[in-house]
Amino acid sequence: MAVDTGDQDLQFRDPEKAEQLTDKLESLMDDIGEPVTIMHVCGSHEQAIAKYGLRSLLPDGLTIRMGPGCPVCVTDMPEVDEAVTLAEDGKIVATYGDMLRVPGTEQSLDDAKADGADVRVVYSASEAAEIAEEEDREVVFFATGFETTAAPTAAVLVDDPPENFSVLSAHKYVPPAMEIVAELPDTDVDGFLAAGHAATITGYGLFEEFVEEYETPAVVGGFEPIDILFGLARLLEFIRDDEPGLANAYQRCVTEEGNVPAKELMWDVFETTTGEWRGIAEVPDADLILSEEYSEYDARERFEIEPDVGGADPLTEDCICGDIMAGTADPDECPLFGEECTPQNPVGACMVSSEGPCKIWLEYGGQPDI
Amino acid sequence: MSDTDEEVITEAHGAGGGQMRELIEELAVSRFEDGAADVPLAALDDGSVQRLANGGGSLVVTTDSHVVKPQFFRGGDIGRLAVSGTVNDLAMMGATEPIALTCSLIVEAGTPVETVERVMESMGETSEEAGAPITTGDTKVMGSGDIDTIAINTTGVGVVPQGSHVPDAGLSTGDKLIVTGTIGDHGISLLSEREGFDFEGDLESDVAPVNDLVATAMDAGEVTAMKDPTRGGLATSLNEMASKAEVGIEIDETAIPISGAVASAGEVLGIEPLNVANEGKVVMGVESDDADAVLAAIQAHPQGEDAAIVGEVVADHAGRVILDTGFGNRYLSEPEGEQLPRIC
Repeated sequence: MAVDTGDQDLQFRDPEKAEQLTDKLESLMDDIGEPVTIMHVCGSHEQAIAKYGLRSLLPDGLTIRMGPGCPVCVTDMPEVDEAVTLAEDGKIVATYGDMLRVPGTEQSLDDAKADGADVRVVYSASEAAEIAEEEDREVVFFATGFETTAAPTAAVLVDDPPENFSVLSAHKYVPPAMEIVAELPDTDVDGFLAAGHAATITGYGLFEEFVEEYETPAVVGGFEPIDILFGLARLLEFIRDDEPGLANAYQRCVTEEGNVPAKELMWDVFETTTGEWRGIAEVPDADLILSEEYSEYDARERFEIEPDVGGADPLTEDCICGDIMAGTADPDECPLFGEECTPQNPVGACMVSSEGPCKIWLEYGGQPDI
Repeated sequence: MSDTDEEVITEAHGAGGGQMRELIEELAVSRFEDGAADVPLAALDDGSVQRLANGGGSLVVTTDSHVVKPQFFRGGDIGRLAVSGTVNDLAMMGATEPIALTCSLIVEAGTPVETVERVMESMGETSEEAGAPITTGDTKVMGSGDIDTIAINTTGVGVVPQGSHVPDAGLSTGDKLIVTGTIGDHGISLLSEREGFDFEGDLESDVAPVNDLVATAMDAGEVTAMKDPTRGGLATSLNEMASKAEVGIEIDETAIPISGAVASAGEVLGIEPLNVANEGKVVMGVESDDADAVLAAIQAHPQGEDAAIVGEVVADHAGRVILDTGFGNRYLSEPEGEQLPRIC
């Protein structure tokens, strides 16, 4: 298998370079001669694509779909319910701001806060541990995000945090989700633009097995407009050559091994388990839970949470978050988009976070026919 | 979910976008008499325009309440904001020589007298700068915690020759769009300060009266529509102008003047400069043939050196704004709700 690291002498916001790359995409699509669908699995990729209007540059027949690339969107409802239960039970729940409005079965953390619970927004796991140092009460860090936030959570836990600090882990691990998406019957993807942020920690080498097993090319991409067009061109080259290759188009941040100390720290503290990804499916080995060694800091063990996840599902029948993250629908195909479902009153989790595909499409005007 | 399904006012209703417009239309406009006005309340323009008897011109009236956090910020304060906001709303209707302003204060008990003094001092200075005398006012004090320190309402009155007012719905195909200076300064600066980010560089609010600048532009050519892009920013103003005139607008994003400090702080915060408030800038439609002359006049004014032509009005895409990002095209949407810095 070829590992091509490509030309990295990129001017990130150079329209001339963009035009050359667009021409290259056109010519590659001519060579391929049939429609191609690329999936990215990162909210920041979607943001850059929408913000810079890159879809309007794509040649006919080339479609970019969004995958399960937003950690807020894939946090499952019972996980939110667990956090809400702890908050209602008098614990201080600290979490990233994006998590506050994510709907649980009955309530979001924002609702719990409005009812008097102590829910605090933090920018990092260490900030949550600092709150525990200052407070006598139990402080639970509702930890969400992929590898990029899991490693910092691990760093706090190995650093002997206060006794009244614990972690409710909803951390997720990206690679198994790509496998699931590759296997979904209705998802027809010819190549993956892999998440540059997560690969910063885990390294691009991690995707070798995936590429071999699914015979689908993958390119790790950065987040500037030129990064993305360059990544797409590399993918189309692989597709044209019928080669399930792997390339690193984000060399300035990503290496083959990744950030080894951070990775080791992460695997010291976490282990994988099978978990439900909201709207997607049950994904084997894709949820990160605290390992035995750190179980004293595991909020699930410390508080023996038994969330009642029954009741009405706030995702109405019309919400198509699952289809959007599976790459079979665009946000503006949802009948709730921008009307009943808005960032202020999200029905589905894709409308909550700045990484969520629906929120991004609402902010940047969706896919214009222009 | 709340205990009841009762609909309540949220902060998003005050953020200046579609939600606020819907609220105003449903709650207020439908219940108020319009009278015979050239620009009635229902137009939801920056002010109303009523004809005076005997051909004595038209009366322009506007009102605005001001609350801001923090109340003293880099580049200004709530007093300067209160005077500039109303003077600018009059100017947006073409009334660049205000006859009178009012000042209605609501102060929280416990506020140091010195704080109110500083705000009044600032209002006095700004009213002098704008040539807009404050001629009447009112003061109320509310209990501690019932209001956050100080809120100010200002109403402004001006006169324009009959039929010469500038509505925000006046764009036609071919008009050029000019912005009079760098965009996003007030909003990005305040968000940074509020969130405790201390960005290096010269981030500060642009709050200022722009009536003299507008008069200069109107003297140089035919201005067809104007808005001061306050809450909701340039994105909201452009969408309103496109939708009211039922025309399309094409904007060249690379031509929009944005300071380096605002651009980088915006990236760090995850906030689009086009979506946040400006308090000393104007976006105006100008007849195509006059565009260069108006631009030159604005650029020669001390407040307009960064002015630029940023786009034009087109017949296609009625009601929508197309943004050419320098790479591809996308719709420029109105921001939804309060702009919040990226957290995770």
